[in-house]
Amino acid sequence: MNVSLEGKTYVVMGVANKRSIAWGIAQALDKMGARLIFTYANERFEKPVKQLADTLTKSDSLFYPCDVTDDADIKSAFQSIKEDVGVIHGLAHCIAFADKEDLKGEFVETSREGFLTAHNISSYSLIAATREAAPLMTEGGSVVTLTYLGGERVVQNYNVMGVAKASLDASMKYLANDLGKDGIRINAVSAGPIRTLSAKGVGDFNSILKKIEEKAPLRKTVTQEEVGSTAYYLLSDLSKGVTGEIIHVDSGYSILGLS
Amino acid sequence: MAETFDRVKKIVIDRLDVEEDKVTKEASFKDDLEADSLDVVELVMELEDEFDMEIADEEAEKIQTVGDAVDYINSQA
Repeated sequence: MNVSLEGKTYVVMGVANKRSIAWGIAQALDKMGARLIFTYANERFEKPVKQLADTLTKSDSLFYPCDVTDDADIKSAFQSIKEDVGVIHGLAHCIAFADKEDLKGEFVETSREGFLTAHNISSYSLIAATREAAPLMTEGGSVVTLTYLGGERVVQNYNVMGVAKASLDASMKYLANDLGKDGIRINAVSAGPIRTLSAKGVGDFNSILKKIEEKAPLRKTVTQEEVGSTAYYLLSDLSKGVTGEIIHVDSGYSILGLS
Repeated sequence: MAETFDRVKKIVIDRLDVEEDKVTKEASFKDDLEADSLDVVELVMELEDEFDMEIADEEAEKIQTVGDAVDYINSQA
């Protein structure tokens, strides 16, 4: 079994800053020898992504703007990737967004617009990106997306994002069925709460972290590195028989009932 | 509490990529230092790390200027 990613190329979508889970995944892949391609939403994120990539062990990273709300933009990003590197071996989709107003209070107040925004950016983007990325995975491949428990059960304040994650989870499974015949796998990592830029948008996030430290079987919150190494497992040949799966990297929190 | 200001200032310069002399107590993050809403959240997180504290959402919303941040941090010390 080849556990090294030497000679393999992975696209990482969604690095915003050093706290991003996407960055934890990028670091894990880099450590295992992969070449990385970063896409960023718009120029606001260009400089931070490039500065972070400078700290990787490999210096051959590539960068492309990719606004996931625009099909043409996604197409052109992967077209450029195809022209520049040819073959890719995997994709880490680490993108989600909801309006801050929709991440607190009662779910029943979710606006139509807020609902569509959350689903558009957080769920449809996986379908659109996978559609463009899969043809580049001519040697087989693996896609990983990031989900959260709030898509399976009710998590206070997570609201419309939970419903978007449920949509993401289901999309991931349907994609798994489509892509399997081409030797492409797709799975999701359900990470426990991590102090990222996105997470801070969820109402009262600091108290969520405290609850995890108190209740989760491992009595600690998870780290970027822990999510990164599970993503590495899913993106590498180590997980060759795994597709359509959701792996919880959450200190065991999701097994709890009343606690 | 000049020390708090200096530590906040260093973080602001670093995060927002602005000239040192623009970072005064009166400077507004959004208007004078051109921070967008994500910059402000990043700043709050950096301050939480630097001063080993938690800034609740409703407190964070009240922080408009560099001085507001310094005053809040000092009030928690």
